[in-house]
Amino acid sequence: MPLLKNGTVTADPWHDGTAGLIVTLEQWRAQRDTLLARNVPLGLRLAPSDDVETVGDDARRFALIAIDFPAFTDGRPYSSARLLRERYGYDGELRATGQVLRDQLSFMQRCGFDAFEIANPNAAQDFAAAVGEISVVYQPAGDREPTIAASAHRAA
Amino acid sequence: MVAIYHYDDADRTLVRERVAQFRDQVDRRLSGALTEEEFRPLRLMNGLYLQLHAYMLRVAIPYGTVSADQMRVLAAIARRYDRDYGHFTTRQNIQFNWIKLEETPDLLHDLAQVDMHAIQTSGNVIRNVTADHYAGAAADELDDSRIYAEIIRQWSTLHPEFSFLPRKFKIAVTASATDRAALKVHDIGVRLHERDGAPGFEVMVGGGQGRTPMIAKTIRDFLPEHDLLSYLEAILRVYNRQGRRDNKYKARIKILVHDLGAAAFAAKVEAEWAEIKDGPLGLPEAEVARIRHHFQPPAFRDLDAPNSLHVAKARIDPAFARWLRINTHAHKQPGYAIVDVSLKPVGGIPGDATADQMDALADIAAQYSFDEIRVTHTQNLVLPHVEEGALHAVWQALGRHGLATPNVGLASDIISCPGMDYCSLATARSIPIAQAISTRLADLDAQEDLGVLGIKISGCINACGHHHVGHIGILGLEKNGQEYYQLTLGGDPGADASLGEVIGKSFSAGGIVDAVEKITVAYRALRTPGEAFIDAYRRLGPAPFKETLYAAA
Ligand code: HEM
Ligand code: SF4
Repeated sequence: MPLLKNGTVTADPWHDGTAGLIVTLEQWRAQRDTLLARNVPLGLRLAPSDDVETVGDDARRFALIAIDFPAFTDGRPYSSARLLRERYGYDGELRATGQVLRDQLSFMQRCGFDAFEIANPNAAQDFAAAVGEISVVYQPAGDREPTIAASAHRAA
Repeated sequence: MVAIYHYDDADRTLVRERVAQFRDQVDRRLSGALTEEEFRPLRLMNGLYLQLHAYMLRVAIPYGTVSADQMRVLAAIARRYDRDYGHFTTRQNIQFNWIKLEETPDLLHDLAQVDMHAIQTSGNVIRNVTADHYAGAAADELDDSRIYAEIIRQWSTLHPEFSFLPRKFKIAVTASATDRAALKVHDIGVRLHERDGAPGFEVMVGGGQGRTPMIAKTIRDFLPEHDLLSYLEAILRVYNRQGRRDNKYKARIKILVHDLGAAAFAAKVEAEWAEIKDGPLGLPEAEVARIRHHFQPPAFRDLDAPNSLHVAKARIDPAFARWLRINTHAHKQPGYAIVDVSLKPVGGIPGDATADQMDALADIAAQYSFDEIRVTHTQNLVLPHVEEGALHAVWQALGRHGLATPNVGLASDIISCPGMDYCSLATARSIPIAQAISTRLADLDAQEDLGVLGIKISGCINACGHHHVGHIGILGLEKNGQEYYQLTLGGDPGADASLGEVIGKSFSAGGIVDAVEKITVAYRALRTPGEAFIDAYRRLGPAPFKETLYAAA
């Protein structure tokens, strides 16, 4: 599956295990200390139903967190992403996997996703078009763009 | 200047970019690059449904406020893209029933010219925010509820986290003790009140209609103004994460609130809120002031010595007098009145307005109501700010366009969903039932004698016609290809909300009209002087009504 990162299609270093080891939340909870002792970069794979609270501040120990969208209509990963970024200070790669479609990319990006496994061959062009479609925002989210209200007060 | 939210460049940019975005999505759908399954949520987020005969487009009218210019554009759209009419709905929206997919981008472009759009009028998102249709005018309000509705509208528009909720989400706002927005049958109801002189909100959660009707529970008596958005975000986050996604009939927040219990749900919200309440969603006074600025009262004239022309005219013209009694309402500004415009002519289709009627209303609003029109959740319209001295002229002008039926709040002011005539989910017709009942109960003296009586009709259990909160509720069902109608009594959408009870076996299409009439006869016989139908029902219970309906049969 092509990986889109920073707007370009790149090879996925986690794909063949060279970048590090990816674990599920269950594995992490069962073997946390052993995994940490192995001293390799760790990735965490989350399902939409996984409670990111159980990862908590450990989020920062991962180099990759991938959250699955089993269907693009499942909106839970948006909340997971914001919590990881805004509450648990995660600043590594946050990857969307599963049914990742062009028309959801800008919502994903605003919630803090910065990498996308996307089946579409035109992923890079699509991404550039998708995230530029709506240039103003009304509400703060993980992206911390100035909102329309904030800009209005600044201008006033 | 009209007291509506005036878009600035940023608001306009968003709407225009959204039109371009949707144009591209439609192109990709037409070229086959998008499957219908992928396109569906995209078109739904832009208010476009696929119905029995054609596409239906629902246009947002935030909190029901529309200017004369906007109304003229709605009329033009009805002519150009539809069959010369539009349908005002219970969610203070307007729907066009005969739309072609390939024309929708142009239609949305036309709307954008007057700062209108169809964003989030459908789909599993936070829908068009509704408010008291008398906001900014009612004598009994504490403040203009549209200020807070607009603040919520902005926060919820294209919210990146909440665009794929388990199910649709409806928020209503009021700022008066009288609930004219049916707060308690909304996913969230927000009621402004004051404590020690400071504004804040009662927050109610988990109301709804549909197949599992529920009355919302209050989870906060008083939420300071500053915390409005962070608290809403906390509620939505809890719902987005924990609402059921396995069964769409159990996916509304009301089921989550019910399953957890209101106290446990509230505890989750409070815990989430504690984490974010000091974050960037705090609502500074300056921001409330910025939005309030858009809702300045119009330039009312100082009418210390009120013009009493209407009083004199009423003395000599009983038809005008009746309209005054029934279709006008107390205004907060001395010398002004609120005018209800009925979209329920006898035998008509509830909520329908022709393009010519829309244009006429725009003209009347421009001349007599500071350019402002409101849409009500009972599928009527309102001219919010009419000088009393002009009431007679307004009545005549409305009458020329069939818009002065003096029945607002009365038995023939029926709410009805589109039902089998348009809707792909319908199990029975609802519009023809509404037409038959309003024809049967047409006599105006008798209606006035009956007093406030809400008859509400839905064409299937989804309850778009609010039948659960009808004083008399009618639900159209189907068995073996045969339509039949279930009757409920005692529902009410107000501050003291209640759900109607099924009182016996169902009726045929003809039988339901007789049944409604019998109930009105029974009520007249049973009431105490001045007792409204709902009060009589609450006092008497279903027994005497059951008896009239079923005993003699
Ligand atoms: C014609 C196409 C329509 C379709 C396909 C449709 C579909 C639905 C469905 C499926 C529900 C149930 C949602 C649930 O319980 O989760 C619903 C509820 C509702 N709809 Fe419609 N509807 C249509 C038209 C309308 C119209 C014309 C109105 C306004 C007159 C309306 C207003 C409402 C309201 C007020 C509710 C119930 C409140 C709630 O619990 O959300 N709908 N609709
Ligand atoms: S109640 Fe049923 S029939 Fe009526 S509009 Fe809603 S979905 Fe259609």
